[in-house]
Amino acid sequence: MAVASAPPKARRTTPWSLLARNQLAVAGLAVVVAVCLIALAAPILPLADPDATAPANRLLPPGTPGHPLGTDALGRDLMSRLIWGARVSIAVGLSATLIAAFFGSLIGLVAGYAGGRVDNWLMRGIDMVMAFPYILLALAIVAVLGPGLLNALYAIAIVNVPFFARNIRGITLGLARREFVDAARLSGKGHARIVLTEVLPNVLPVIVITMSTTVGWMILETAGLSFLGLGAQPPQADLGSMLGEGRRVLFTDPHVSIVPGLAILVLVMGINLLGDGIRDVLDPRLKSGALSRPVARTAVLRGAAPEAPAHPGAVLELQGLETQFHVGGSVYRAVGGVDLHLQPGECVGLVGESGSGKSVTAMSVMGLVPTPPGRIAGGAAWLEGTDMFAMTDEDVRLRRGRDVAHVFQDPLGTLHPLYTVGDQIVEAIQAHAPLPRRDAEAKARDLLALVRIPNPGERMAAYPHELSGGMRQRVCIAMALANDPKVLIADEPTTALDVTVQAQVLTLMDRLRRDRDSAILFITHDFGVVSAICDRVAVMYAGRIVETGPTEAVLAAPAHPYTDRLIACVPVLGDPDRRLDAIEGRPPVVNALPRGCAFADRCPRVRDDCRAADIALIDRGNGRAVRCLFPVDAPETGHD
Amino acid sequence: MTEPLVTMDGVGRVFGGGKTLFGKPLPAVHAVQDVSLQVGQGETLGIVGESGCGKSTLARMLVGLDTPTGGTIRLGDTDLVAEGRRDPARLARRAQYVFQDPIASLNPRKTIRTILEAPLRHLVGLSGDAREARLEALMAQVNLAPEFLDRYPHEFSGGQAQRIGIARALAPDPALLVLDEPVSALDVSVQAQVLNLLSDLKARLGLTYVFISHDLSVVETVCDRVAVMYFGRVVEVGPVDAIFNRPRHPYTRLLLDSVPVPGRKPNVPEDANTELPDPYDPPPGCAFRARCPWAVARCATDRPALDAGPHAAACWEAPPPEAA
Repeated sequence: MAVASAPPKARRTTPWSLLARNQLAVAGLAVVVAVCLIALAAPILPLADPDATAPANRLLPPGTPGHPLGTDALGRDLMSRLIWGARVSIAVGLSATLIAAFFGSLIGLVAGYAGGRVDNWLMRGIDMVMAFPYILLALAIVAVLGPGLLNALYAIAIVNVPFFARNIRGITLGLARREFVDAARLSGKGHARIVLTEVLPNVLPVIVITMSTTVGWMILETAGLSFLGLGAQPPQADLGSMLGEGRRVLFTDPHVSIVPGLAILVLVMGINLLGDGIRDVLDPRLKSGALSRPVARTAVLRGAAPEAPAHPGAVLELQGLETQFHVGGSVYRAVGGVDLHLQPGECVGLVGESGSGKSVTAMSVMGLVPTPPGRIAGGAAWLEGTDMFAMTDEDVRLRRGRDVAHVFQDPLGTLHPLYTVGDQIVEAIQAHAPLPRRDAEAKARDLLALVRIPNPGERMAAYPHELSGGMRQRVCIAMALANDPKVLIADEPTTALDVTVQAQVLTLMDRLRRDRDSAILFITHDFGVVSAICDRVAVMYAGRIVETGPTEAVLAAPAHPYTDRLIACVPVLGDPDRRLDAIEGRPPVVNALPRGCAFADRCPRVRDDCRAADIALIDRGNGRAVRCLFPVDAPETGHD
Repeated sequence: MTEPLVTMDGVGRVFGGGKTLFGKPLPAVHAVQDVSLQVGQGETLGIVGESGCGKSTLARMLVGLDTPTGGTIRLGDTDLVAEGRRDPARLARRAQYVFQDPIASLNPRKTIRTILEAPLRHLVGLSGDAREARLEALMAQVNLAPEFLDRYPHEFSGGQAQRIGIARALAPDPALLVLDEPVSALDVSVQAQVLNLLSDLKARLGLTYVFISHDLSVVETVCDRVAVMYFGRVVEVGPVDAIFNRPRHPYTRLLLDSVPVPGRKPNVPEDANTELPDPYDPPPGCAFRARCPWAVARCATDRPALDAGPHAAACWEAPPPEAA
């Protein structure tokens, strides 16, 4: 076996460059940095003594020479007090955040990792802290400890511990049951080491996110306590106590309270904008594009469209279908020109490995590929002679589920967990047929009986989680059949099922298509399944069909080297001594496809010609075609 | 069978149970019940069964990731359960595990080097040049270039990630490797690479495998002996060719008939109306009775035990084993 070599390292976008793209966050960062620099520089700035009273200069308005922001009721310079006060507020807010984050995360990590009784006790303690309104609790803590800035800091930290503990515990709970934690145990790590070196690095982004969104809140809370006279004690200035002092002269000299008020607003706003920016950068869910909502139907941006179907009798025909994903600067050609047709009542297998484009092909038919980033860049999908890609959105929507229905791999993910299966089938029926509820229910019962669910009347009231995997998949098939679709697209419908259930579902689908004359496009990676149900088979590799033909003929004598190797590398029941011929290497990435044959790098029969130019699908008669210059059943040398 | 390396005797695992605060009993699931199996030195024992039959729970108990609630497991001549509790690192030096999902079993925030160093540091106690040399030897053993060491897991394909998982399991030089569906998350063309690698390693290092899978054709290819599990119990166990060619238990037959084979039309072995037994309310007698074409009155009341012999089945109506 050849030693696999390392692929070129992908260039990654750094968190900084992501943050720099967010203008609001950059503005917030600028504000925070400016405020912090000024506050840090307070001792070296030419400021008046913030605590020096001068009754003669009391309540001077802003703009007075020597007092740019004016003075307060005791004649102290507001500018100086503001800068020294901001210093105190920021320091208290930050320290409280750090203390709360440390203890909260520790409690969360221990509770989430240990689980069971420890979790229960710790979290009930946290619940008790949360049962009090936070300001009341902070007041109570300060009342016990006595007023003072340090005690206010403790109070605010304690009040915010539950926030961190609950957040971190939730994340840890999920991580602690992951396989890599088990693997670390088997690598000889103890519990403390696992928490610190395996779980903590994965939790850290969440801690940072929580901190960055809490700092501003903590500064506000510090200001609140100081405003009430429980934080900073006179003559020390902090933003909250300045606000409190200004309150007494609010109507005669509003500038005394407006100045610290504005400072709090600007500071907290800056911190929150920056915090949101940091969250967007670090949160994996937002990174994966959860915020970009796909439109109702895949965008069609094709040049010249095919004019007429090549197989007029076919119920569904794909002609030169190209589907692409535009991500960042690169174009992923997931489907690169697929031709496929289904006759009424026919079952065609679409076989390929993950990433070969078989699912994207199927999703393209009804415009179910998410846009952005997906788009249909060429070709046509003829449904009984009408080009689906030229239809209006409304026409496509009407045909979804009525003319073409889908069955997906994971029935639990497809069914809505909060509605009974009966309701969901009724909804599928009523979406296309204006039947009264009672008739729709009767039809739903018939459908459940049709897919051989025992006791259909009773099962109508069952929720998806109450059914076994095989039963759920039958419900999905019943829903797909609700409107007698002409085409059923089944995307790995039996892959998640046990073998005995798979056998039942395959038999069921085979019988249904014969009884109802629906065509099936059956997507799978298993040649055994293909053999069980499909009349014809098409093998996909790197976004294109490389071989197609009647199932038995292709399985008995594969012509494309990829088909040949794919069949040879799978163990077959009853033939345990056969040597497994692994296919070395990996498929090419679809954003950098090689010239010529995509399989050339892994092919044992490769020649120079294979890499020279694009290879067409060559018709070999008897309904078979292959995209290969040197097919397996041809002599090794002397082609042409 | 050669001298046994692993001996399981009446192993059981109950999840749940106990009582609520007010004394109401909580439901309990018997995930594994009364499993007695032996794994010989240097052999590959396959454990097959459908989802929920308890095969993964059994596998986790063999490396100390889970603790049985009944019975004993011996590894060589030590009590595996007691050792796992007293000194998990010592057990981990002798029994290792390969996980089903190769990517999920690697910490996304660590480089391959850090991941592979952990067992070398904590189990073997290697440091410095010796550790570096062992790291490279491990990578060579699983056919990966040493440049990979400084990459992160998300930069790998499933097949490469699984090879790293195997390298990590091999790091402490264990005698027993428990493989929990090691190829079922992989693409078919990659499956063969990993299966061939596993068989090379076994021959080269004299390993003993316990191979958990739901894929019968894979099991038939790689295993010496096979145990078939249903509803937490072993219903049939024997040499691989006897199990696959002359199955004695009706459930084994059903499984074999259900596998789709290229070039064979399916014969529907079972009526679709049958329901699986409820794990919270296990039926008396044989758990397979409701699905069984051979069921007789006795099956509803008495549970059949595994009969004796190298090819044993737990069925009242099973035909006698044929002489091999």
